[in-house]
Amino acid sequence: MILFLIRRFATMAVTLAIISALVFFIIKLPPGDFLTNQIAELRAQGEAASAAKAEFLIKQYGLDLPVWQQYLVWIGLWPGPNGFSGLLQGDWGWSFEFDRPVTEVVGDALWLTLLINLVLVIFVHVVSIPIAIYSATRQYSLGDYVATFIGYIGLATPSFLLALILLYYTNRWFGVSIGGLYDARFSGQPWTWEKFGSLLSHLVVPTLVIGLGGTAAMIRRMRANLLDELGKQYYVTAKAKGLPPTRALLKYPFRMSLNPFIADIGNLLPHLVSGSVLVSLVLSLPTVGPILLAALKSQDQFLAGFILMFVAALTVVGMLISDLLLAWLDPRIRLGGR
Amino acid sequence: MQAPLLSVRDLTVEIRSDLGTLRAVDGVSFDIPLGKTVAVVGESGSGKSVTAQAVMRILPKVAKIAGGSILFDDPADRHPPLDIAALPAESERMRQLRGGRIAMIFQEPMTSLSPLHTVGDQVTEALKVHADVSDAEAKERAIEVFGRVGFPDPKRALVTYPFELSGGLRQRAMIAMALITRPALLIADEPTTALDVTTQAQILDLIRELQADTGMSVLLITHDLGVVANMADEVVVMYRGRMMETGARDDIFRRPQHPYLKALMRAVPRFAMKPGERLTPLREVKSAAVAARVPAGPPPNRNVLEVRGVSKSFRLRSGWFSGNTRMVHAVKDVSLAVPCGRTLGLVGESGCGKTTLSKIISRALDPDTGSVLFDGGSGPREVHRLRGEALTAYRRSVQFVFQDPFSSLNPRMTVYELLTEPLRIHKVGTPDERFERAKALLDMVGLDRRSLRRYPHSFSGGQRQRLGIARALALEPQVLLCDEPVSALDVSVQAQVLNLLKDLQAALGLSYLFVSHNLAVVDYVADTIAVMCRGYIVEQAPAAALFRDPRHPYTKALLAAVPDPDLDHPLDFAKLRSGRFSEPASWPEPFRLAGEDAGVMVAVSPDHYVRMMAPALEAAA
Repeated sequence: MILFLIRRFATMAVTLAIISALVFFIIKLPPGDFLTNQIAELRAQGEAASAAKAEFLIKQYGLDLPVWQQYLVWIGLWPGPNGFSGLLQGDWGWSFEFDRPVTEVVGDALWLTLLINLVLVIFVHVVSIPIAIYSATRQYSLGDYVATFIGYIGLATPSFLLALILLYYTNRWFGVSIGGLYDARFSGQPWTWEKFGSLLSHLVVPTLVIGLGGTAAMIRRMRANLLDELGKQYYVTAKAKGLPPTRALLKYPFRMSLNPFIADIGNLLPHLVSGSVLVSLVLSLPTVGPILLAALKSQDQFLAGFILMFVAALTVVGMLISDLLLAWLDPRIRLGGR
Repeated sequence: MQAPLLSVRDLTVEIRSDLGTLRAVDGVSFDIPLGKTVAVVGESGSGKSVTAQAVMRILPKVAKIAGGSILFDDPADRHPPLDIAALPAESERMRQLRGGRIAMIFQEPMTSLSPLHTVGDQVTEALKVHADVSDAEAKERAIEVFGRVGFPDPKRALVTYPFELSGGLRQRAMIAMALITRPALLIADEPTTALDVTTQAQILDLIRELQADTGMSVLLITHDLGVVANMADEVVVMYRGRMMETGARDDIFRRPQHPYLKALMRAVPRFAMKPGERLTPLREVKSAAVAARVPAGPPPNRNVLEVRGVSKSFRLRSGWFSGNTRMVHAVKDVSLAVPCGRTLGLVGESGCGKTTLSKIISRALDPDTGSVLFDGGSGPREVHRLRGEALTAYRRSVQFVFQDPFSSLNPRMTVYELLTEPLRIHKVGTPDERFERAKALLDMVGLDRRSLRRYPHSFSGGQRQRLGIARALALEPQVLLCDEPVSALDVSVQAQVLNLLKDLQAALGLSYLFVSHNLAVVDYVADTIAVMCRGYIVEQAPAAALFRDPRHPYTKALLAAVPDPDLDHPLDFAKLRSGRFSEPASWPEPFRLAGEDAGVMVAVSPDHYVRMMAPALEAAA
């Protein structure tokens, strides 16, 4: 077990190293990133002060160094102007566009993103699993057809469109503006119960909007998985034992059908951060998605690099978690081949 | 006379399908007396399993009981007999019976247990549903039952997962699950079909013993007349949902009345068959091409295939969390020869290495040591050294017939595409010639020429296997490697396919390597038989000699374990009880092979070889 973990951590480190290199070089690849533009602008002004500032920026961010050295400085494996100070040391760099440290730019948004998406994940599972079980056990019944129909609509509706529609109608009917994560008057205020309540009420619509597609997809997949398992012999055995139907269902086929979803956690985690960019834009949710979009557009290299690395790290960690969970839940994986 | 435990009267089960309603069980009546075994025999689709499911009330959703009654008279309960057919399937009363008073075991011990829960969990659960017991009591009962059904370490069984057990032990776990509630009736649906013969004998023995102990009745569903002859007190023969014949075992076997039953009995390969005797399939296939062709002259006297000292081992990575690897020696120092125009039978139980060997011969795998020689008429050549043209030619000469006719044919290809694919791959002939060839192939295997445009799913199992044979014959090979070609087929169809293979051999001068676990089948088709165990060939002899005079303890055990549909040759359960026949280290001297000792093949009479330990040979010399 310990050996396994050591091996896994080693491969995780290598994976992340490769991803970081790719991220860095790809961001650097097209000419005209934010900083070079800024320097060019300063130089074009032709004033001594501007030129000096340009020189300072070049020195500060090591633009005169070869790209591989810049990369190593960013990672924190090469002494930059401030000594070893990179991702490994917890220094996430400077956002040129916002002219603030990346930590500050991303900080709050990161937590809110995680919150929204956590609520989302819970919503999707809580809603879709019972519906899926219902429609799988009553295949081709009226209820199944209704669930299937709603599922297809959910899959086919673009979520940003739904967001726009809801935005308009909630405002018209209830007079509530659902944009943002809390009422505008709370922005910049310390957290109070009132602000928290406002946050909760603002969470409802985004959760519905973003969650609909996921719920629909989950119902379809869960239903298919469960239908496969319902035909298996061990379920017949369970029924032949005289188990009450619900217990037989939940203990055997349902548990088996969960496996693919656990294996999917690795994909779920990064989705928590980078998913739902469009909806966040439409509903002006202060999440990481729009920030990432902006950073990529303006080639704000450290900001974009950090968010991408963060997503990559989440993916890798998610994979590890799902592997460990699978091993814990499925004895065949844990003990197989012993 | 005592009232029967279960009394089925005019039971009718209907299955709804797109094509309308089908009567899967049509007016079946029989009684199961207390403490007796009733066997329901029939081919697949005869409705025997549906009958069992109806008694348990676990019919699939599309099926429903359309008429008749199933009276269950529980001796432990003073109430008048209960009509199971009239109870709602999910009622409390029915659930108490199901698993409590009537328990069931299934064919596939691999899939009948949940892989995610321990055996102990699944077994104790059966008890906890039906009796008010604490966890500790349930565990105690489970340990007791595990011991009773022959688990070597009953305590450990509690925390073992099904995939950690062998097929035999899994079936024992199933039996434990069924018996822990001490049911009055045990329904066994093909309980041993998926097991090896020696394991089958042990499981059958166990069921008999338990029956004697507990006085329960058994409803045995099977297609194997051999099993019936050894287990049943009374027999019900079913065909297409109807009862063909019913009666006491002796009447059924000694004085069969119904033509279907008589035909069924003639279709099963038996050991006592006279040399040259032909099986009579229920539906004879006319192979036009075979009948027309002049029998090939006596085959040339050479070995078309020769395997010399082949060994193959695999490295297994054990477990996810450990880096340990383990070597498995699948094939150990095997030497065999397939004479031209003859059949070499290779017999062994699952995991003995017979499939690995056939893969090595077909060059799907490379051996670690040893060589395979192929002689297509131009002198022997080493198969694993063949390259380019010569290799292509070899692949054309050696073709495979697979076990499962359902998964070995691509469901998206028509028969025409399936049969001509080998020709297209090897760029043989023009499209017109291929079309002619495909028609000729269908004639050869006795299928209608008009089937060319049909897809595999519209054929029955036996017809599909004939398609598989036709495909293998497309390139006019010299050797067919038949890997369990009939073990997935019904007995009635088995005879058909076996006869076809024999006819084709006579007409086309083919050589076969026939791999099977069924001794009677191998006896019927093979000229020479090699018995394989744990990667070793332990005995090799002409078919007649092997069955008349088996020398090796493993061969003897195999022979003794095959249930013969002949009442005068009952299984000797006592002899089979001792257990570990497939353990080379526990064979008696001079056959024992311990550790690295691979032993040597010793000729006990001309053409009859037995593997013995090396020192024994020295002592004899």
